[in-house]
Amino acid sequence: MEKRVTFRGWLLPVLLLTPQVAVTLVFFFWPAGQAVWQSLFIPDPFGLSAQFVGLGNFEFLLKDPYYRASFVTTAIFSSLVTLISMVPALWLAVLADRLIKGSGTYRSLLIWPYAVAPAVAGVLWLFMFNTRVGVIAWYLGLLGYDWNHVLNGTEAMGLVVVASSWGRISYNFLFFLAGLQAIPRSVIEAAAIDGARFWKRFWTIVFPLLSPTTFFLLVVNVVYAFFETFGVIHTITGGGPQQATTTLVYKVFADGFVGQDLGSSAAQSVILLVVVGILTVIQFRWIERRVHY
Amino acid sequence: MAGMVEKRGLGLWLTHLGLILGVAVIAFPIWLAFIASTVSQPEIVRPPMPLLPGDRFLENYRDALYSGVNVPVARMLFNSFVMAMGIALGKIAISLLSAFAIVYFRFPGRLVFFWLIFLTLMLPVEVRIVPTYEVAARFGMLNSYPGLIFPLIASATATFLFRQFFLTVPDELAEAARVDGARPMRFFVDILLPMSRTNIAALFVILFIYGWNQYLWPLLITTEPEMNTIVMGIKQMFPAGDDVADWPVIMATSILAMLPPVLVVMFMQKLFVRGLVESEK
Repeated sequence: MEKRVTFRGWLLPVLLLTPQVAVTLVFFFWPAGQAVWQSLFIPDPFGLSAQFVGLGNFEFLLKDPYYRASFVTTAIFSSLVTLISMVPALWLAVLADRLIKGSGTYRSLLIWPYAVAPAVAGVLWLFMFNTRVGVIAWYLGLLGYDWNHVLNGTEAMGLVVVASSWGRISYNFLFFLAGLQAIPRSVIEAAAIDGARFWKRFWTIVFPLLSPTTFFLLVVNVVYAFFETFGVIHTITGGGPQQATTTLVYKVFADGFVGQDLGSSAAQSVILLVVVGILTVIQFRWIERRVHY
Repeated sequence: MAGMVEKRGLGLWLTHLGLILGVAVIAFPIWLAFIASTVSQPEIVRPPMPLLPGDRFLENYRDALYSGVNVPVARMLFNSFVMAMGIALGKIAISLLSAFAIVYFRFPGRLVFFWLIFLTLMLPVEVRIVPTYEVAARFGMLNSYPGLIFPLIASATATFLFRQFFLTVPDELAEAARVDGARPMRFFVDILLPMSRTNIAALFVILFIYGWNQYLWPLLITTEPEMNTIVMGIKQMFPAGDDVADWPVIMATSILAMLPPVLVVMFMQKLFVRGLVESEK
């Protein structure tokens, strides 16, 4: 889409664009270019010179069992986060949608955890499951279950998944409720008159009509789990135990800043860049589909 | 016809019960954090901790705000405020200008600029942290507000939104302004900005929360405790090794850290929902 009516001149628009273009060049293109450039080199331990290795860093990464493991970790982590943040949200939205009055009140009561930073959510959940003082860990102990996410990789994964999903339920609830309220009442009432019970109505009418919302949320939740959960993992487990909760983004940080392995970290950034590209294409596909819907 | 689908009687009560249960489960972690911020350390380290507020609310919050662990929490709150405001206002300002240029002018190289800006939609800061850190260091931006703010406004989400909005503004308005001999900036200030008010406000709410909740970037770029933001500073309050954390103060800090964005969401709910839906389009 283009404007029919425009203003003349070129100096003014270029001046108007300068601030954004300057910030973008300095803090986006330069670093992104550096990431690609550095991914082709191995710096010596003193950072004085670097040796060109071509795709060596990538080759090494793809053979590295730790890197492969972090791919698997990321896949498990993001599937679980997506599932656990979407299913309860859908359930709550369906309940709220059944009310004639009061769904707005519940919306107000449910949406604010979205505003809690992932890192703060991490601290809250760490507090509940802390092996020494955590209330839930203590009650689990009473039941005979010895909770220790510091040593047990599965428990650590469970904890970061729940802590990452928690605030996300609010977000998904908001979109599901909006999606449900956009479905014409008459369609559902017609089915009700035909004698379809609640679950039948839900699976044959409501859920299919909700599919654009569901698909959209699938994509944004995967993106969230990939890129925005660093704070949760860093506060709760620090990627451990034995890298059980080291996701791809966490590994870029761990290798680049803690391990000082710049070439490898840069190569990982480039791989993530490709992943982001793929996710973006999927997102755009969805937008196109929605337009034709 | 209502009543065919909506519930009444027992069904209505069960629906409310389910929702209240959901609210309770979701609010529980925050309730627990609030309790912990009102009791004393011995009450916490001997589990189970109480589930009702204690009497040390004032002491704990005073301790946190004025002394903290590494640095007074009041200082971290101030840093977070500067960062969040800088990101929200900075991004809105540069985006309004560039969206105006891209939509309302035809000039050589326009498409190049367009792609320069919109390519950034694709790459979150988490992916390019190491080189971005090096750039910030080279500019001497470590432990500074510009260092906290600038790398995070290098993204085109806001520009994209304003572009979409400007495209829906009727052409007649620009036409009339041109006939009246108004200069482009007059049109921008007198007509376009007032029309964008709601969009700006909605975007501000979203960007403020985004900026306030940043973790990884402040963690890298602020090595001096005086420059820590509150969201990243909480983790720094945990002792290294086996020492017992000062839970009441840490939990008071957590409550303080979530308060501003939560208040923004609660009191500007309409704008927040609008901003959320718009920015995901």
